[in-house]
Amino acid sequence: MDVHEYQAKELLSGFGVPVPRGSVAYSPDQAAFVATELGGWHWAVKAQVHAGGRGKAGGVKLCRTYHEVSEAAKEMLGKRLVTHQTGPEGKVCQRVYVEVAEPFDRELYLGLVLDRKLQRIRVFASSEGGIEIEEVARNNPDSIRQIQVEPAVGLQPFQAREIAFGLGLNIKQVSRAVSTILGCYRAFRDLDATMVEINPLVVTKDNRLLALDAKMSFDDNALFRRPAVAEMRDPAQEDPREAQACQHGLNYVGLNGDIGCIINGAGLAMATMDMIKHAGGEPANFLDVGGGASPERVAEAFRLVLSDRNVKAILVNIFAGINRCDWVAQGVVQAAAGLKVPLIVRLAGTNAEEGNRIIGASGLPIVRAHDLADAARKAVAAARG
Amino acid sequence: MSILIDENTRVIVQGFTGDKATFHAKEMMAYGTRVVGGVTPGKGGQQHLGRPVFDTVKDAVKATGAEASLAFVPPPYAGDALMEAADAGLRLVCIITDGIPAQDMMRVKRYLMRYPRESRTMVVGPNCAGIISAGRAMLGIMPGSIYVRGNVGIVSRSGTLGYEAAAQMKALGIGVTTSVGIGGDPINGSSFLDHLALFEKDADTKAVVMIGEIGGPQEAEASAWIKANMGKPVVGYVAGLTAPKGRRMGHAGAIISAEGDTAAEKTDIMRSFGLHVAPSAAELGSAVAKALAKVA
Repeated sequence: MDVHEYQAKELLSGFGVPVPRGSVAYSPDQAAFVATELGGWHWAVKAQVHAGGRGKAGGVKLCRTYHEVSEAAKEMLGKRLVTHQTGPEGKVCQRVYVEVAEPFDRELYLGLVLDRKLQRIRVFASSEGGIEIEEVARNNPDSIRQIQVEPAVGLQPFQAREIAFGLGLNIKQVSRAVSTILGCYRAFRDLDATMVEINPLVVTKDNRLLALDAKMSFDDNALFRRPAVAEMRDPAQEDPREAQACQHGLNYVGLNGDIGCIINGAGLAMATMDMIKHAGGEPANFLDVGGGASPERVAEAFRLVLSDRNVKAILVNIFAGINRCDWVAQGVVQAAAGLKVPLIVRLAGTNAEEGNRIIGASGLPIVRAHDLADAARKAVAAARG
Repeated sequence: MSILIDENTRVIVQGFTGDKATFHAKEMMAYGTRVVGGVTPGKGGQQHLGRPVFDTVKDAVKATGAEASLAFVPPPYAGDALMEAADAGLRLVCIITDGIPAQDMMRVKRYLMRYPRESRTMVVGPNCAGIISAGRAMLGIMPGSIYVRGNVGIVSRSGTLGYEAAAQMKALGIGVTTSVGIGGDPINGSSFLDHLALFEKDADTKAVVMIGEIGGPQEAEASAWIKANMGKPVVGYVAGLTAPKGRRMGHAGAIISAEGDTAAEKTDIMRSFGLHVAPSAAELGSAVAKALAKVA
């Protein structure tokens, strides 16, 4: 789960990470008002969307008057911001963050991630802040300093010092960097994050550190024990079909093709989508109906897939283990009544014969496939019409 | 032979008296697995499915000599259940649970290092279908009927794609020694490599199928290990060629977020290390047949 910049800053400042003073605004007037409350002479007005690359897309504006703040907010609010990370549809901006802008001397980078190879939390930093870390990793990998956190004892101050001195900070800056790094680590650990990124982490003339931007992602599996984080979910930043799927215990990812997919098991679902491509077609979505493919679940799966108007055919591929194919078949037959697009069904595993019999006996124009390749071919042919 | 479990392996079920655990324990017993008891804190002393229930894993091991467990414990308590199992000295725990926080698994892996490598508990999963040694024992939730006993090992991140492989092989008369699901999570108890090493040592296993997916370094690590250490042929497949970057495809670990994470990259790596790469998901069985023919 992702959160907005202002939410990440709120969470991180609770762990002692220094952030500039700022406030959320939902309208141009409110943005200007917030600027007066904050005081100062310059403000950054930033579109709050779940995507990076906002600056280049006009989602970050530096302003010198309340009028400029209000105008900047007006430009951003209610519009879709398209960055190189959002895809062409962009993400809707429903609020802006108005922040006091101060001059700074240096821009650093600080990131934390749960490293899958090391199976540890890794903290990495670079003296090249303000640039995408992937670029730094490509062009100047030696400038990235990193340490691994030992889970049994957590991040130790000496490790944070190693990073801070490695960034060429002076002793006053180092002690602030250490508390910043430790704060980020504690937030990562205590909120079950999967990623924390501060880019840039700036150093001011008077040796203060400030997180000018902050991104955080969280482990969906841990939201049950992090209610403060779970509350921060913003469905407006997500594909509505995916949010809906989530509510029904289905896993859905919308794609660009025209062959709707309903499968049990993530790996089989991905493999089926790959087969469709192999057969010359394009999947419209990923959808894992999971272990309990009850008639209600199957019906909901059909509803979801059909809510994508690009869908020209639907492929159902169920390998029943505990689910029985006959139950699944009943669900499919119920859901398929009145269906206006071709439906291809492949059933395998427990009671597959009985399942196929039920589908045949339904009198509905459902095409039965006997294996993966057959299913993909038939689906592609059906979508071509 | 087989790896990890056979008809003599004494198995307990953690979370024994829950609905799902009860259902699957029955299936496992019907398959011939030697289920000797189970653990549900607070229900120690009761009988369930004709087996004793214990309050703790230690009690269960003491009374039954159990060596392995199947853990059906909800996400908030799963890490704890795994550590308890390791502490009780079980050599193998298979955890089916989907939804365990990644940092909990990170801590479990760290906890396991408390014990010397030779006696360290092997954890399989989480978020997996389990382990089956065809015709001998089942420690999981797979449909036993799709497996025939033979000499190919399967190690897979995906449950149903693992079933697909077994079914395709069965249709060609090819059977399985053991099929292991390592699960779909980003931090798992054991990797492809851990089981490939066991398959390489197993006299009955003549070839192995490795089924991966997008996300994570384990397919690449395994491929390099295979080149350096395995004599037996390995058929590889990676699901998710059509997966978009940055989206989680069902499994918590199925996400392209770093270099080397894509199916295309992993497939290339597999090929470069000498694996037989199945040309498509529909050709897993035929790829195995080809690989076996080369060995014969």
